[in-house]
Parts: sequence; C-alpha cells; structure tokens
Amino acid sequence: MSIPSRAVGKNYDVIVVGSGAAGGQTAYTLSMEGVKVLMLEAGRKYVPEQETPMFQTPDQAPLRGASTPEKAFGFYDATVEGGWSVPGEPYVQSTSDPHGRFAWWRSRMLGGRTNHWGRISLRNGPYDFKPHTRDGLGFDWPISYADMEPYYDKVERLIGVYGTSEGLENTPNSAPGCLLPPPAPLVSDYLVQQRARRLGIPIVAGHRAVLTQQLDFKRSPALLHPGNLKAQKIIAAHMQQRAACIWATDCGRGCSIRANYQSTTVHLPPAVATGNLDIVCDAMVSQVVLGRNGLAKGVKYVDKISGAEHQASARVVVLAASACETARILLNSKSTLFPNGLANSSGKVGRYIMDTVGSSLSGQIPLLESLPPQNEDGASGHAFYAPWWGYQDQKNGKLGFARGYHIEFGGGRRMPGAGTLHGLERFTGGSYGTKLKEDARRYYGSFVGFDGRGEMIPNENSYCEIDPQMKDKWGIPVLRFHWKWSEHETRQAAHMQKTFADIVQAMGGRVMGKVVSDGAEAIAPGGFIIHEVGGAIMGADRRTSVTNEWCQTWDVKNLFLTDGAVFASNADKNPTLTIMALAWRSADHIADRMRRKEL
Amino acid sequence: MTDRRTTIKWMLGAAASMPLLNYRAWTQEVTAWPAVRGYGGDPDLTKLYHPGDVWPLTLSAAQWRTAKALCNVILPDDGRSPSADSVGVVDFIDEWVSAPYPHQLQDRPVVLEGLAWMDAEALLRFEKYFAELDESQQHAICDDICYEPNAKSKFARAAAFFARYRDLTVGAFYSTPAAWKDIGYIGNVPLTKFEGPPAELLQKLGLGPNDK
Repeated sequence: MSIPSRAVGKNYDVIVVGSGAAGGQTAYTLSMEGVKVLMLEAGRKYVPEQETPMFQTPDQAPLRGASTPEKAFGFYDATVEGGWSVPGEPYVQSTSDPHGRFAWWRSRMLGGRTNHWGRISLRNGPYDFKPHTRDGLGFDWPISYADMEPYYDKVERLIGVYGTSEGLENTPNSAPGCLLPPPAPLVSDYLVQQRARRLGIPIVAGHRAVLTQQLDFKRSPALLHPGNLKAQKIIAAHMQQRAACIWATDCGRGCSIRANYQSTTVHLPPAVATGNLDIVCDAMVSQVVLGRNGLAKGVKYVDKISGAEHQASARVVVLAASACETARILLNSKSTLFPNGLANSSGKVGRYIMDTVGSSLSGQIPLLESLPPQNEDGASGHAFYAPWWGYQDQKNGKLGFARGYHIEFGGGRRMPGAGTLHGLERFTGGSYGTKLKEDARRYYGSFVGFDGRGEMIPNENSYCEIDPQMKDKWGIPVLRFHWKWSEHETRQAAHMQKTFADIVQAMGGRVMGKVVSDGAEAIAPGGFIIHEVGGAIMGADRRTSVTNEWCQTWDVKNLFLTDGAVFASNADKNPTLTIMALAWRSADHIADRMRRKEL
Repeated sequence: MTDRRTTIKWMLGAAASMPLLNYRAWTQEVTAWPAVRGYGGDPDLTKLYHPGDVWPLTLSAAQWRTAKALCNVILPDDGRSPSADSVGVVDFIDEWVSAPYPHQLQDRPVVLEGLAWMDAEALLRFEKYFAELDESQQHAICDDICYEPNAKSKFARAAAFFARYRDLTVGAFYSTPAAWKDIGYIGNVPLTKFEGPPAELLQKLGLGPNDK
C-alpha cells in the first residue's frame, strides 16, 4: 500500500479523521463508492508487512520482552507511541481517588489500535440495542438489531471472522457463509468446556478476526459490493493477497501476512487502490471548522513533523478519532454558534463514557500437569468463549445486577516470556536447583486464566470535558475525566470472581491468588479494558443525544461521527465489530446522500 | 486479550509489590541510580537486542560473580537443559536492575542488597564469598531463605529477595529457545494446519469434541 505524499490535494468530498476500525471502514466504504476521501491520522505511517516482529523470541528483546510503561503490552506489541500515557499528550483526572479515575489508552500510528487488538469480534444482540426498553436503565439506540444485521454480515465477510452460529439468546447467528471455521481447541479449552457446562455455563466457539482459511474471493466481492464491478475487482484481489493463519505468533504483534484484521492490512490497502483515498499521517486534528452557513467546512490540524497548522476542506467531515478523541475535537471546536463545543446543543458531548467491566482470576489445574508437549500456539487464543447465560435470571431479578458478561479464557503451552512460571513456590514449597527444573516441566501449561468482559450502564458521573488550563505539546486543550462505576458493574465483577472460582474448582484446580468478593476491588479500573465508547451518543431525540441513527450530528448535517462515541450502550460484546458495522452503515448513507446532492 | 491480565498486573503492580519494597534499611544504602532513557514508544521491533544496547549495564564485577553463582544454584545444568547463566540470565539480571522503568527501579535495591546479603551471609558462615562456596554450603544458605512462609523472621527479607530473584531467573531462563526444548514449548513455527490435541490424549483425559 502506498501512502501518498503528505501534501494535501484539493476537492475532497469527505475528510475522515482517524484510521482505525472506524476511520478504516468509513474510508473503505466511501472510496469504494467513488467518493474522494482525505484521511488524517495523528500518528505515523505504519507498514505491518515490514515492521511486524513475527517470529522474534523474548530473548531477542530488551527485558525479555516484559511490559514497561513505554510498551504496556510487552515489547513486541504492535502499538507505536501509545499506551495509557502518551508523551506530550497528557490528560487530567478530576480526582485522586483511584476509583474515580479513567485511564485513556491511545496509539499514535496508522491503523490506530486495530494493529494490536485482541481480534475478538462479537455481534451485539437484539437486547443490546434496546436495553432501556428491556430493564428501564440506560438508553435505547435509535436502531435495532435488524437494522444492523446486514452490516454485521458484510463486515464479517470483508474482514474475515471465525466462529459458529449457535442460536443462543441475544447472541446472534451470522448469515450462512459469513463466518470462517473456528480453530481447533486446546486440551485446556475442552476441559473448561466440559466442567463449565456442568455449572450451566455455555462454552462455544469464539469469534475472532483471524483467517482460519482464505477468504471467499469468488463469492464475497459481489455480495459486498453489488453492482460495483470496480470495487468487486479490487477487493477480490486483496482477499487473494491475504494469507491464511500460519498458527504461530501472537496476533497482538500485528500480522505481516495479513492473516488477521488490522485496518492497515484489510481496510486501507483496497481503499487506496481505488485511487479515491489520500492518507496524510502525522496530522493531529485540533478542531472542526464551521462555516457561516452553519455547516462544517473542514478541519484544522497540526503537521507534527513541521509543527505548522493547516486547514483541509471538504463537503463532509467524519470524525473517527476514537470515542474520547472525537469528543475532545468537538468540545474544542467552539464558535459563536456553538460556544460549548460543536454539535453540542444537547450538552451531551463528552457525556456517558463507558468502558467494559473487567475482572480476572486464574487457576492451576492438576489434570493439565505433565501432559505430552504439543504445539498449542493455535490462532493465538480464544478458540472458545462463554457467551452470557444469565438473561432469564436477570429478568427474574435474581442476580442483583442488570446486565451480562461473557468469559474469555485461555490456557495451554503458550510462548514462555519474562513472567512465565513466576510465583511457582506456592506449589513447590520453594524449590530450587534440579527440583525446580522438574517442577517447571510439571507445572508449565497447567494454568488457565479467566477474564470477564461485562456491560457497563452509562451514568451521569462518567464523562470527559475540556480541562480549563492544560494543553498538550501541540497547544490543544486536553481532556479531564470523571469516572464512577455503579453497583450494576461492581456486583457483576464480584459475580465474575465467584463464577471463575467455581469453574476452577469444577476443573479440580486451585485458584491462584485470592477470590475477591468486594466488587469495587474486583473490577478493573475505568479504561483498563480499552473498550471506551460513548461521549457523543446517538438517539431518537436531539435534546438528549448528539447524533441520529446515521451517526450524523443533529446540529451540523454534514458532520458525522462513525466511531464508538455514538454508542448508546456498551454491551458485553467487544465493541470493534459493531464500530465497523455502524461505520459501514453510516458511510453508505453519506454516499447515498451525496449522490442525491443532499450533502 | 490474553496478555491483558499481565498488563493489568503490571499497572496494579505497585500494590502487589509493596512487600518487596519494605526494605527501608536496605534501600538507604543504595546509591540513587541516575535516570537514563528507555527504548521510547517506537523502538525497532525487528532488530536483535542485547543487554546493554539500550541503557548501560551497572553490575560490578563482584555483583556479577554473586549473581551468576546464585542463578546457577537456582537453575543448574541438569543434563536436560543448560545452566541459567549459559543462556544469558545474568546479563538479563544486569539489564533488568539497570533499566529506567518503575518495576525495575523497584527491583534494583532488592536485588543489589540481596546479592550483598548473600555474600555477607556466606562470609559469616563460611568465611568465603557466596560464589566460592561448595554446593552444600550454598544450599545451606539457600535452604534457609528459599520459601518465605517457612523462613525464620531473621531471614524474612532475604527470603523475599530470594523469591524475587528466583522469579527473575526463572522468567529469563524459560523465555529462551534453549529452555523451551526442556519445558516442552514447541511452537513459534509456521504450520499449514492446526489440528489440536491428538484424539488418544483427549480420550485418556475423558475430553473431546462430542463431550456435552
């Protein structure tokens, strides 16, 4: 994929701010439809084919690849200039109380966070779009699952998602032919499945954006782009260039053979191939520029290389900068018409930030000790998962928290790193010497970890605003965060702990560490699961929401927000697949309205 | 993500590592380590790195000698895999305690003072440095500190050091391809197919695809 020069051309139809799941999908759909797009990315150009450390081993990295503040997911994680802190780009907490803080993950690179994400790709179900109708809490979306279903089908076909359709409650099936076959499970997966099922917990194939086989480049192009022969030809070629998984190396490193989804290997190359997309990197957008007619004229951005400020213009502006960054750009776009930030007549910009409820526990499982060595790299985890099983109990008021969670789990003989077999003395009584080597052979591969991922209900106390004083190194005012979990989340986290302990016990294992019964302590801090959404929610009423169902702001008709900012709820399902499906739907709408000269 | 757990532990690590930091008497003796730069947010991930490439190493010859002896007591050559120091574990320890990051800065005084304690204890008991002791003498000291719950209170701090040093040694050793052979990690190779566990193994464990 060639990135055109950093000089911006003229006569763009649409500016897309951001190049991750939302920006990538928006630019892909628009450029395939013949729309001229300029993409501005705040980070540097990134070329996975050249930069991905596919087979590097921990002993070739500083500190055996261990996590540091500069590489929070380990040295080989794909993230560039990112993490919960980015040098020169601070953010502010409203309180020093650790429970009131929000940790904001960013990465400054082409493709954004899609380069390192877990690739877990779950659909929201029908309940997830109408949560208020179901239990009176939070907000309904102005769309239903039926509106989104065709776009979930399309995204799965385009990016490649493995999984199965199981017909479980609020866990939608995919249309036939959309999903790739799931990878073979590991011994530990089968054991979890057997024992968790005895507790009434369903264990089914996971859904991840990894090519377990080559995409169907013969049938899918016509289904993705009906009647658009040029688009079909381009995407067919790119589907053939993407290799199937080679069952090695952690997806978090990125993938040089394009076997998993990242925007830089899946969305952007075919979009650039249309000739309709220009990408400018190192372009940090500070605000949307409003014309006298009340329409967006374009954006202002800082060229991070020269430090110079520029302006780019187009008929339509799309913000896809990630939920909080999108809110920040809007709040920083002040004018006489919008003194409190652009598209903010509702006062809802920055409000209702949601992350995912997270809690973890692991166990040591004697049944898995001393098994014959096998290659268990697989598709780098998540052959199975447990979708939420408690809908009926919740409906009957039995659980004390309103929304569900799913369980991600993993065990097996994963590539040992700097932290491998730490803390073994709790099983060995402190062995060292040749006995420690025997113990290492016995215990390696006998651990299984469980991660709960649950829904957070939007609340009035979790939001971001512009800090009145602090600016980043580019002179752009920064965000200040406010955070509070409700009891729906903390009780859910405590439930996760108990459930995981029950599963470990049912496997005949021993819990590692402590089962935390206080939910406020069991829950991961806000922002740690990196699923933040909200901040400019969509709705059916312009007084209580920022955009309509098309991700179009109520106040400025040529301004669209296609990232997680518009989520009106944050189901337990990881948000990325829904971000892409929404972005595709919005981009179709933009292209259609442009053709009709309504934009 | 699978490794998110690890990351969270790192982020929450301050709380978890407090017992290790409870070393006021020891840390006061450690000279402040000057701030040096790390590898930054955008290092070349495809390059081969050696300890000392990014930040300078700081162990003295005496510390190195003790560190090596202790690594090899913890993980000796047993005929199935080599000793810890022969796969670069001491270089790793040096890199670790010299690194400019919070976790490593926490470990630095623990490790340096722990190494000093090993020599002091060896001198006290046997009038030799730890590295000069014979195996039974080295074990006599290590047996007193190898398991925190059983250590006498006068050895509590030394036992906390030993637990940390053993973890660092184990992590550094088993993250090398030489030790992978021993422990039974046979991945990191491209495959055309991934078929999962053999049917016989699943049958033996009473597990399988048809299990309901």
